[in-house]
Amino acid sequence: MNLLSLFVLIPLLMLLGLWIARNVNQVRGVMVAGSSLLLILAAYLTVSYIGLRQAGATEEMLFTDSISWYAPLHICYSVGVDGISVVMLLLSAIIVFTGTFASWKLKPLTKEYFLWFTLLSTGVFGFFISTDLFTMFMFYEVALIPMYLLIGVWGSGRKEYAAMKLTLMLMGGSAFLLIGILGIYYGAGGETMNILEIVQQKIPTEMQRIFFPMVFLGFGVLGALFPFHTWSPDGHASAPTAVSMLHAGVLMKLGGYGCFRIAMYLMPTGAAIWGDFFLVLTTISVVYGAFSAVVQTDLKYINAYSSVSHCGLVLFALLMMTRVSATGAILQMLSHGLMTALFFALIGMIYGRTHTRDIRQLSGLMKIMPFLAVGYVIAGLANLGLPGLSGFVAEMTVFVGSFQNPDLFHRTCTIIATTSIVITAVYILRVVGKILYGTCQNPEHLKLTDATWDERFAVICLIIAVAELGLAPYWVSHLISGSVEPIISQLIH
Amino acid sequence: MDYTILILALPLLSFLVLALAGMKMPHRVAGAIGTLSLGAVAVLSYLTAFSYFTAERTAEGTYPTLTPWNIDWLPFTQQLHIDMGIMLDPISVMMLIVISTVSLMVHIYSFGYMKGEKGFQRYYAFLSLFTFSMLGLVVATNIFQMYVFWELVGVSSYLLIGFYYTKPEAILASKKAFIVTRFADLGFLIGILIYGYYMQTFTFTPSEEQLMKAGMVLPWALGLMFVGGAGKSAMFPLHIWLPDAMEGPTPVSALIHAATMVVAGVYLVARMFPLFIGFAPSVLHWVAYIGAFTAFYAASVACAQSDIKRVLAFSTISQIGFMMVALGVCTSMNPHEGGLGYMAGMFHLFTHAMFKALLFLGAGCIIHAVHSNEMETMGGLHKYMPITHITFLIACLAIAGIPPFSGFFSKDEILTACFQFSPVIGWVMTIIAGMTAFYMFRLYYCIFWGKENKELHAAHVPHESPLNMTFPLMFLAAVTLIAGFIPFGHFVSANGESYDIHLDIQVAATSIVVALIAIGLATWMYAREKQPVAEMLARRYSGLHRAAYKRFYMDEVWMFVTKRIIFRCISTPLAWFDRHVIDQFMNFMAWCTQAFGVTVQPAQSGRIQTYTMWFLGGIILLTLVLLLF
Repeated sequence: MNLLSLFVLIPLLMLLGLWIARNVNQVRGVMVAGSSLLLILAAYLTVSYIGLRQAGATEEMLFTDSISWYAPLHICYSVGVDGISVVMLLLSAIIVFTGTFASWKLKPLTKEYFLWFTLLSTGVFGFFISTDLFTMFMFYEVALIPMYLLIGVWGSGRKEYAAMKLTLMLMGGSAFLLIGILGIYYGAGGETMNILEIVQQKIPTEMQRIFFPMVFLGFGVLGALFPFHTWSPDGHASAPTAVSMLHAGVLMKLGGYGCFRIAMYLMPTGAAIWGDFFLVLTTISVVYGAFSAVVQTDLKYINAYSSVSHCGLVLFALLMMTRVSATGAILQMLSHGLMTALFFALIGMIYGRTHTRDIRQLSGLMKIMPFLAVGYVIAGLANLGLPGLSGFVAEMTVFVGSFQNPDLFHRTCTIIATTSIVITAVYILRVVGKILYGTCQNPEHLKLTDATWDERFAVICLIIAVAELGLAPYWVSHLISGSVEPIISQLIH
Repeated sequence: MDYTILILALPLLSFLVLALAGMKMPHRVAGAIGTLSLGAVAVLSYLTAFSYFTAERTAEGTYPTLTPWNIDWLPFTQQLHIDMGIMLDPISVMMLIVISTVSLMVHIYSFGYMKGEKGFQRYYAFLSLFTFSMLGLVVATNIFQMYVFWELVGVSSYLLIGFYYTKPEAILASKKAFIVTRFADLGFLIGILIYGYYMQTFTFTPSEEQLMKAGMVLPWALGLMFVGGAGKSAMFPLHIWLPDAMEGPTPVSALIHAATMVVAGVYLVARMFPLFIGFAPSVLHWVAYIGAFTAFYAASVACAQSDIKRVLAFSTISQIGFMMVALGVCTSMNPHEGGLGYMAGMFHLFTHAMFKALLFLGAGCIIHAVHSNEMETMGGLHKYMPITHITFLIACLAIAGIPPFSGFFSKDEILTACFQFSPVIGWVMTIIAGMTAFYMFRLYYCIFWGKENKELHAAHVPHESPLNMTFPLMFLAAVTLIAGFIPFGHFVSANGESYDIHLDIQVAATSIVVALIAIGLATWMYAREKQPVAEMLARRYSGLHRAAYKRFYMDEVWMFVTKRIIFRCISTPLAWFDRHVIDQFMNFMAWCTQAFGVTVQPAQSGRIQTYTMWFLGGIILLTLVLLLF
């Protein structure tokens, strides 16, 4: 059996296990066992992928497999990974693993919560391993729908509104996406749904002109593309901790990944036609998100807008269409995934204690919960691009890569986008200064306790991942840039 | 020279140990770990310097540039990659000595100064982090490595300024320092990006071919890099963070905000010096003008401050201005013809680091004794604190430029270089040197002589500090006494060849006379118990005095920019726009869908009669359409 299919099989077995489980401890047992298996599997996949590449494997995708599923439409269950999907799988496995610990004490309906959570991760893993358009789309939908229930049932604040808004906007995006995918299918002759085969065909320019924006927008909504990002602040604010983590950490990456792997790879001419238009939108996202974050007062809103800015940078770098910038985009996805998950985990833990996320009501937390506060500072520093943590590596690759595109328009956009590093510093330090430093004003907060072991474990795992990527980026960058090559060479010619 | 890697590894290791396990250690152990590792670094730095400068020179008569260690850290393209490594050349070796010496002194001093403070271990961890970053910055093998460590020193500075994190002023100051320098770093980053793209390398020595092809973009790249340097080195108008940074513990001010980090900008210009001279001499002269204006501005503000650390901060800004001027007035690589400034600037960097650290550490002892930064709580302290008094005086004489103290020699070279460039700059800088002597001696008299605050001193008798605090003072004072006689030009000069420092009698005589007049003036105004002249001047020119005290309202201007423009005029409307326009549009779409649903709902009424009516109507309509067309 193919190694990659395990990424879908394990979550499915976990679903079964959860269904059978009788009490909370059994539920936790299943989750820990399953998510650690996934993590080990992802690590093993990474190692063996690198090993195969070093041994001289030159195919674009490794571990490929294909089973016919619905022959009349040429739908297959086909899988395969390249460097980009390998790092995305690794990222997802880390987030699912730490997310499990971050929602250790979640109540009520623990079992049901984890059921939906696992279903969501099935979708995510399935999406990253697929090379078939239709299968990919199916997994994409599997990942989106549980979000509605997870926010609607276990969320906080205006949860029904937020859940509905998020789902409807993302579904709107996937409606475009479906049309786009069908367009690609017929444009490429209607003989295959496999990405690797479609790319050999040439889709007519007129069709690319029509369908590129549909696919790009469809995925772009999930990647928080301006002006379709407004689901993100409300959605994140209402979502429970682990769902925010998974959503910002992994689900938003589906957007960037799809834009690159489907829209740009399969329709390079469309990308050339529409590139400048979307580049303007992404540049706006980058700066606009950062500026909006400056005046927010809810911790999660700040992070949601910061995600708009950082995910904007992913799409921005992709549209710069150089090898280095595309590598940077993938690194940025990885880095943003890790540090945002860390941020949301910490915000969730702080909120769980103080029952408020309003920065005007929080102060002096450094004295009260030093562990969480230090974690928050580290996450903040990673976010504003401190060397030695992941943000720096990703941002610098993006900026150096974007600068390789020498015409004036791209140059101008690059320089505008770089200003975000200053604004990021403004909103991060504002929050850190307000909520962590100073003396505690609220006597109720003095009684609060620091992180418990499960929380510490989740936070430490994420910090290690963030620091690893920041300190030794060579192997990841190398892994990604090799796989970016075929896609970029499509785009340049 | 393989051991040079330890110079970076030891402080990093000590940071990691203290950060991870420090909180559980007793204060002494944590301090000892930091200090011992720094001691080892200092020894290794001296060893490196000794073996580097005693080794053979190359055929051209320069010291070779060594790269004992270099790894590919983050690859971008074939040519562009961030390397991490160690590069030894005369200026980086000189900086190693400066940093390790001052840092070691500060480590020892902090044992006494920070005794019993909560977070003692955290303090030493941050000190190690800072030292590591600063050392990494100076030995950088390429511009991007420099930027990496540049950011790291920025963060360590942020953490140390905000060390007393419960104090609102400290929080604000740390935030301000980070954001202002980050803003400047944006220039640095764009400069690096331009440089990297057109030179196809991040190293300091681009290939001839690329230089020929794209030399004309270099002024832009170097100018933008200088913006970054101006931010770290507190050049006007990016200086506003430095005075506020004095909220950090005093030894930190001595290490970071006087001796090492703030000269990073000067070091950057010196590092890129060959390119500046070759391709962007006009940018280099702008560096000089900005430096000169900053030096003048800061010196005039320093004359009116009442907080002793603020006086020292402005004096630092002013002295860095001198260094920038020295580099900026160069017109060639030859120290005999217009390239003297390079050597002079580096020499002043070296001597200034020692005596300014001494001044700050002395100020720390004083603050320790009277528990305040304000001059009015001091006066007459020479009776209580003899060691601090003498060492402080030595440093004041050095900064005022009185021979045989070190500052005289380096400042004299700067002035000579200025006069070679243009007499106007030369005279301006001589006058600023006079102002320096004036405000330093104003400070000196107000602390140690002048009007004593007897009430306060009777209630709490000021005392001399313990040995672990006075030892660094004495050590640095000794260095200040002898550093002027170092044949600095033998080691560092613009083209690397050995250069004999010789005093220009005319310039030296002028500067000594000006300095003596300024000291005399300060003595006349501030040395006595009653200070009628100073009070009269402050009263008569109250507007000017107030403006200088308020630093010519530069902070207010910056507050206006950040609070009004960024918060009120950009962010708030944007956030409003997002919530009320874009989001409401999405909600409007949802509402439209719903409204449409409500409108067509009656069609599904469930009444057979209505359905039949519609059915029949449809049939008639269709028949009519078919019949008519």
